[in-house]
Amino acid sequence: MAENLANVVHEQISEDFPDVHRSNGNDGTERRRTEVREAESNGQPASRPSRPVESEEDEDEELTLKYGAKHVIMLFVPVTLCMVVVVATIKSVSFYTKKDGQLIYTPFPEETDTVGQRALNSILNATIMISVIIVMTLLLVALYKYRCYKVIHGWLIISSLLLLFFFSYIYLGEVFKTYNVGMDYITLTLIIWNFGVVGMICIHWKGPLRLQQAYLIMISALMALVFIKYLPEWTAWLILAVISVYDLVAVLCPKGPLRMLVETAQERNEPIFPALIYSSTMVWLVGMADGDAESQKKQTPRLAAPDSQATDQMDDGGFTPEWVDEQLNDLGPIESTEETRREIQQMPSDRAPAVPTDDPEERGVKLGLGDFIFYSVLVGKASATASGDWNTTLACFVAILIGLCLTLLLLAIFKKALPALPISITFGLVFYFATDNLVRPFMDQLALHQFYI
Amino acid sequence: MTVCVFFGCTFIAFGPAISLFIFTVARDPLRVIFLIAGAFFWLVSLLLSSLVWFIAVQISNKENASLQKGLLIFGVVLSVFLQEAFRFGYYKLLKKANEGLMALNQDDTMPISIRQLAYVSGLGFGFMSGAFSVVNILADSLGPGTVGIYGDPPHYFVSSAFMTMAIILLHMFWGVVFFDACEKKQWLSLAVVVCTHLLVSCLTFLNPQYEGSLIPAYVIAFVMGAWAFFISGGSLRNLRLCLTCKDKDFLLANHRPR
Repeated sequence: MAENLANVVHEQISEDFPDVHRSNGNDGTERRRTEVREAESNGQPASRPSRPVESEEDEDEELTLKYGAKHVIMLFVPVTLCMVVVVATIKSVSFYTKKDGQLIYTPFPEETDTVGQRALNSILNATIMISVIIVMTLLLVALYKYRCYKVIHGWLIISSLLLLFFFSYIYLGEVFKTYNVGMDYITLTLIIWNFGVVGMICIHWKGPLRLQQAYLIMISALMALVFIKYLPEWTAWLILAVISVYDLVAVLCPKGPLRMLVETAQERNEPIFPALIYSSTMVWLVGMADGDAESQKKQTPRLAAPDSQATDQMDDGGFTPEWVDEQLNDLGPIESTEETRREIQQMPSDRAPAVPTDDPEERGVKLGLGDFIFYSVLVGKASATASGDWNTTLACFVAILIGLCLTLLLLAIFKKALPALPISITFGLVFYFATDNLVRPFMDQLALHQFYI
Repeated sequence: MTVCVFFGCTFIAFGPAISLFIFTVARDPLRVIFLIAGAFFWLVSLLLSSLVWFIAVQISNKENASLQKGLLIFGVVLSVFLQEAFRFGYYKLLKKANEGLMALNQDDTMPISIRQLAYVSGLGFGFMSGAFSVVNILADSLGPGTVGIYGDPPHYFVSSAFMTMAIILLHMFWGVVFFDACEKKQWLSLAVVVCTHLLVSCLTFLNPQYEGSLIPAYVIAFVMGAWAFFISGGSLRNLRLCLTCKDKDFLLANHRPR
C-alpha cells in the first residue's frame, strides 16, 4: 500500500516561478498602466520613456535563465543525496540484495528453467504492478476531485507512518547487524519513536525546511530500498521502462490522471499534498515554521489557505487606528494623498525596475517523491546487479542527472507540469545496459594491462 | 592494502580535481551543469568506442592473445579519436547554446564565457575519465589481498592513482587549448592536442615500465598546463604579482589591502 501511495502522485515536475513570474509580469504592466493613467488624468502627460519597460522584461528573462540554473542545482543535490544513500546501503548492507521472496504485486518467480519462461513471468509481473499503480492513481484523483480530503489525508498518514516507523526500524536493525553493533530495545524504541514522530510532524505539519527535505529524501530512499529488495531483476527493469511511458501518458494527455490532478489543484489554488512532493522552497502556509513569518506574508496572495487569509486581513501590521490618530495629532497629515503621490511619481526614479526581492529565492521547483524513488531504484539496481562494477553505477548516475537537466530545460521552455521520469529513466536504462555489456569488458581489459584512454 | 592505500590513492587521484571543483565550480550552478554535461559527452564517446571494440572482439578469434592485445590497442586509439571528436562536438553545442543565450540577452553579455566553458568542460571530461579508470581499482584496494603476488608490479595502485591525476589535469588543459584553438581557427594547435592525447595514451602501452609512461605524462601535463596558462591570459608578470600578493586588480576585486 505504501508503495502504491508513493507511486501515485509522483511523476510531475512543476515550477512555482512561472506562475509567479507571469503574475508578477502582469502586476508590473498593470502597475505601469495605472501609473500612466493617473499621471495623464492629473493633466501631465506621462513622460515615461519606453526603454525601462523593455529592460525590465530582459532582466526578467536573464533572471529566469540564472535562476533556471539554480533550480537545476536545487534538484541535483537532493536527487544525488538520495542516490548516494541508496548506493551506500546496497553496497554495505547485504540484506537489501538478498532474495527473501517477492511482493504480492509481483507473484511470478524469476527462477525458471528457460529464458522464455522468465521473460513471460517478468512481463506478467510488470503488467500486474502497473495496473495496480494505475488503479491507485485513478482512485486518488477521483478522491481528490470529489473533495474526499479526509480519506486522502488518512491514506497518506498511514503510509508515512509505515515508512517512518516500520521500514526505518528494519533498516536500522539491518545496519546494526552489518556493523555488529549491540543495541537494546529501549534505546532502539526511543530512537525510532523520536525519528518517526519528528518525521510525521515535519512532513504533515510544520517544520524547518531542511529537516522536511531531509525526511522526504530518507523516506524516498527507504521506499527505493524496499523496491530493490523485493523486485526481481527483469521485472524491475521492465517496470521502470513501462512506468516512464505511463508517466508520459498520465501527465501530458489531456485526460491523464496526473494532469487532471495538477489542474484541479491549480484551479482550486491549493498546493498538492506535502507528503508526496519535494519542494525546494517553502510553498504551503500550513507547512511553515514560525521563523519565516515574513515569507508567510508574501506567500499569502499566491497560495492562500482560507483561514490564514482571514487572519492576514485583520493584521494591520501594528498601525492600529489609535496609533494613526496619535500620529495625525503629533505630526500633521502624513498619509499619502493624490497630490503627494503625483509628486513622487514625477520624480525620476533611479531605483532598479521593480522586481520583488523575495521572488528569486522563493521561486522553487517541485519534484514528486515517486521520481526520487524510481531514480534511486535504477541506480540501486545498477549497483546491486552489475557484477560489482562501479562504472555502471557512475554511468547511470550521470545519465539520470543529465535527463533531469533536460527535463528542467523543457520545463523552462514550456512552463507547465512535465513528467520527470521518461527522459532520465530512458537515459539511465540505455546507459545501464550499454555500460554493463559493452564498456565493462573494455575497461576491465584496459585496467588489466594498465592502458589509459 | 586496506583503508590506508584506499584513501591515499583516492586523494592522489582526485585531490586536485576535487579541490578545483570545490573552489571554482561548485558555487556557480551554470558551471556545475556544464561540467556534468561534459562528463556525459565523454561517457557517450566511451560507449561508442566500446561498442566498436566489442563488435571487433566478437567477430575475431578469442583464443589468439596477441590479436586480442592488438584489438585492445586499436580500441584505445579509436577511443582517443572519438573523445576528441566529442570534445569538438561539445564545443559546437556550447557555441550554439551561447548564441541562443546571447540572442535572449539584448545587452550582449553572456552569463558564462567560452573560456570558462572550456575549463569546465575539460574538467568534466577529466573527472569522468579519471573516475572510469580508477574507481574499480580503488574499490578493490579496500579489501584484503597482496599486490603483485604472481610477479605483477607491486606498485599497481599508486601508479594508477598518479596516472589518473595526470590524465585529469591533462583533460582540463586540453579542454582550454582545444576550445581556444577552435575559437581562433588554429587547426595546428588542435592537431597538437589530439597528438599529445594519443601520445599519452600510447605511452601507457609501456606499463608496467612506469618511468616510460608516468614521467613523460607529467612532462606533457606541465607543458600543456603552461600553454593553457598563457592562452588564458596569464604571463610571467601576472604570476609574479599574484604570488607576491601585489596584483592590484586581484586585490581590488577581493577588497584586500596590499
